[in-house]
Amino acid sequence: MDLFSVALPALSDAANLILQPIVLGYLVLGVVMGLCIGVFPGLGGIAGLSLLLPFMFGMDPVLGLALMIGMVAVVPTSDTFASVLMGIPGSSASQATVLDGFPLAKKGEAARALSAAFASSLFGGLVGAAFLTVFILVARPIVLEFRTPELLMITIFGLSMVGILAGRVPLKGIVAAGLGMMVGTIGEGDSAGELRMATYDMPYLVDGLKLVIVGLGIFAIPEIVALLRQDRAISETSVLGGGWMAGVRDWFANIWLSVRCSIIGVVVGVIPGLGGSVVDWIAYGHAVQTTKDKTKFGSGEIRGVIGPESSNNAKEGGGLVPTLLFGIPGSGSMAIFIGAIALLGSGNIEVGPSMLKNNLDITYSIVWLLALANVVGTVICIAASGGIARLTTIPFGLLAPFLFMIISFAAFQSGQDIMDLVALFAIGLLGILMRRFDWSRPAFLIGFVLSNPAETYANQAVQIARSRFRKGFEDGIDYIFSPIVIVLVIITVVSVVVGLRQAKTIMAEGEVNSGSKRAPLIFLLAVLAYLVIAYTNAAMIPDYAAADRVFPAFVAGVSILGCLVLVIQMMMKPETDAMFADRETTDRSENAHGLWPTLAWFAGLLILTSLVGFILALAIFLVAFIRFRAGKSWFYAALYAALGIAFMCGMAGLLNRDFPPGLLQSFVDLPWPLT
Amino acid sequence: MNAIKSTRRVAMGLLAAASASFATQSIAGSHGIDLAGKTVEWVIPFSETGGSAKWANFYAPLLSEALPGDPRVRYEYGDWNVVLASGTGGVAYLPPDLAGKMNGMDASALRDTDFIYGSQGATRLDLVPLLAWEMLGLNVEPVFGIKGRGDGRLMFERGEANIDYQTSSSFLKGVTPLVEDGTAVPMMSWGALDADGNIVRDPTFPDMPTFKEVCEATDGCETSGEQWDAWKAFFIAGFPAQKMVFLPAGASNDAIVTYTAAFEAVKARADFAEISAGRLGKYPQMTGDEAKGALDSATQVPDSAKNFVVGWLKDRYGVSLN
Repeated sequence: MDLFSVALPALSDAANLILQPIVLGYLVLGVVMGLCIGVFPGLGGIAGLSLLLPFMFGMDPVLGLALMIGMVAVVPTSDTFASVLMGIPGSSASQATVLDGFPLAKKGEAARALSAAFASSLFGGLVGAAFLTVFILVARPIVLEFRTPELLMITIFGLSMVGILAGRVPLKGIVAAGLGMMVGTIGEGDSAGELRMATYDMPYLVDGLKLVIVGLGIFAIPEIVALLRQDRAISETSVLGGGWMAGVRDWFANIWLSVRCSIIGVVVGVIPGLGGSVVDWIAYGHAVQTTKDKTKFGSGEIRGVIGPESSNNAKEGGGLVPTLLFGIPGSGSMAIFIGAIALLGSGNIEVGPSMLKNNLDITYSIVWLLALANVVGTVICIAASGGIARLTTIPFGLLAPFLFMIISFAAFQSGQDIMDLVALFAIGLLGILMRRFDWSRPAFLIGFVLSNPAETYANQAVQIARSRFRKGFEDGIDYIFSPIVIVLVIITVVSVVVGLRQAKTIMAEGEVNSGSKRAPLIFLLAVLAYLVIAYTNAAMIPDYAAADRVFPAFVAGVSILGCLVLVIQMMMKPETDAMFADRETTDRSENAHGLWPTLAWFAGLLILTSLVGFILALAIFLVAFIRFRAGKSWFYAALYAALGIAFMCGMAGLLNRDFPPGLLQSFVDLPWPLT
Repeated sequence: MNAIKSTRRVAMGLLAAASASFATQSIAGSHGIDLAGKTVEWVIPFSETGGSAKWANFYAPLLSEALPGDPRVRYEYGDWNVVLASGTGGVAYLPPDLAGKMNGMDASALRDTDFIYGSQGATRLDLVPLLAWEMLGLNVEPVFGIKGRGDGRLMFERGEANIDYQTSSSFLKGVTPLVEDGTAVPMMSWGALDADGNIVRDPTFPDMPTFKEVCEATDGCETSGEQWDAWKAFFIAGFPAQKMVFLPAGASNDAIVTYTAAFEAVKARADFAEISAGRLGKYPQMTGDEAKGALDSATQVPDSAKNFVVGWLKDRYGVSLN
């Protein structure tokens, strides 16, 4: 077979390129830089790579690649820290890790969860690289088999994961997903450019909401606020159990789950257009479906950590296929990566169709540098996990202002607009209410992430199919029902049926008692009101732009029906029914502070920012918070604020970013960083 | 018609995004923000796969080398000062079986084919190819909603689209290998402008017929009259000065001079012609007054051409611009 005669020499060339001390040194440098940046939620490969970009021009290709890949590869590893320790999805790759990782941290088993996650990441990365070594040679024709109907089916399969994560009242989960999809349609339609729930008077909304903001808002803010109200450390026990060896043993005991999820990761990562944001959910769903005792999911099941973490590093490897073979970046960081590759050396490495023919050795170098970076990153992370896990014993009142600072900064990076902070706050409020009334936040997020692909692929598939049908009935049928589509339909149907049967036993977010009828009903009516307005808004889109109307109108219509059924059920059922879940009742004994005063702190930071700019607002916020909320001395508060601001400025200076300006800045010219 | 303006703002946003680590960072976030309270605002989400990204990636590091210090320019949106204007071209291509139907340059045999084209939207740069194909009498149905021309090429490679176009830099990189493999055949280039404003063969693709030549050889396609004038006006607005780098109105004269000098230094590099030909194609890279001239010719689309296109978009795609 000539496959080997091509691959083997290229592989040995690649090995010669990589296995030099200086290359490995650059790789480690990249890994360390990546860890330093990736550990902060919301900052990831894009921020890191843009930092490196100016140095790439004319650099020796292998050294530059080692530096960049070291950085990109560890982001899905390092963001696990935020997911497990703080319940904050560090990036879209580790959303699902939050569901079981954070409860483990609360139980005082953060080190175990972290090391299991890192071991899985490492293994996933290696499986991904091994798979790619062979697959990349035959990938092109296979990837080209994934046409629009296939992409649409994969999107629908991803959406079907809502079935597993829907919670105790499946209908609520479905409405939550519908709401997520509706939020995803906000802005300019992809087909005809019609606006949905936006106006040109607010240019911010025209672009739609960014994943970073929705992810942080829906998961991070509710967790931070909840912990802050309870006024204690993250870990419920002061003695941290389960050292890092325990986590590695857990991973080894579930090695086959890890293998399967790694393969899921590579395969989904390979398909261009979907990106990686669904991979972790699919892997989580798979972990749930293959576990006999499902009752522990959501309250600290280690398999719920191993599954998604195995898949998300493998996905990075898979994502190289569309990037290198087609020149189509799967993510923002890959886009910069492509740009940077062209700068390396004399600029003769051209990502795209000619990559395999002309640069197979470089291609293999990239694949195995990625694997090596995973090893290095994992070793560093596991070594650090025991120490970093101690963060969970710090009183949360001291941690929270720092976290607010970081996520505000991260959110602002997505659009460089003060509206980013407003959007973060608004989505955060929605997240708090969804958490309180036990509406599935994972379902919402899946809906949001897949809203745009679902709409675009559906519109395109319909349009292309119509053209094929005009040519002949058989042409059309062949196009829509390819073998891949049929297999995906079967998998989806099985997964939905199995998922719905199991959903009731899985409480993705722990048990919640029922309270009175009034509050849950008001929230439901508010959701219903938004959906009705969004439906009306979509229905007003004129016929010539029908492609922008059909999807939001359909989703809103189904969600409204779901809401109406829920309203009727709420009227019929007694107060004790699971439908009226209200976390305020469950946590009443634990909450030392009210919801609104706690939220007011964050709102205060936001309002101050709009008045005097971010850095000045932050100074006031940090001092006031530490003095009055955390009850420390003035000196302590001033020191805390000074360190916080120094850190923030160092970060922004390094990344060459600005801070949100306020009203003050429009009158007075201030020097950076006060601008 | 603000489509062209926006294209440029996209490019600026991109330049900032792709090179956030040097001084042009001060125009970051410019996509999606009002220019100066004008009437219509188009917000065009840019794609990382397109030619704009390649263009920005090409210039970013060169500029960062040529630019002294790290000036942070504080600005309000207003009139932008152009400091660089780059030209480009475009090439339309077909699958081999359809290309085989063309009789030399005569495209009339393609008129009974149902074409599918992956498009970002009729109001954007896609106007030029869509209008060209329509003038040839081809029945091209645009499938909207792709994120960039790179995705359009992928749709072509998957066999879902059977006609496509790429800007020159993307064609060199993405389609040339397909042509070598025999899975794509170039149909025509949009051409280039000579000093007198005539459309001539694109210097990057001297062997390819221009749209003008194909049009002349095809029955029913006229290289004069309202339609042709509109096409040419939008071609000029869209391609010979497609990508521009602006400095914001608040920028001091010093900043303008600095940037202009920096880009001139980039152009003056001994290896510039060589490295840009492979990545951007052989097109003029204009600075200073030249760039201003290019900006004028690109923004001053005659009203007759605008009116024609507005009417055409309405009739053909039901899109109303106001």
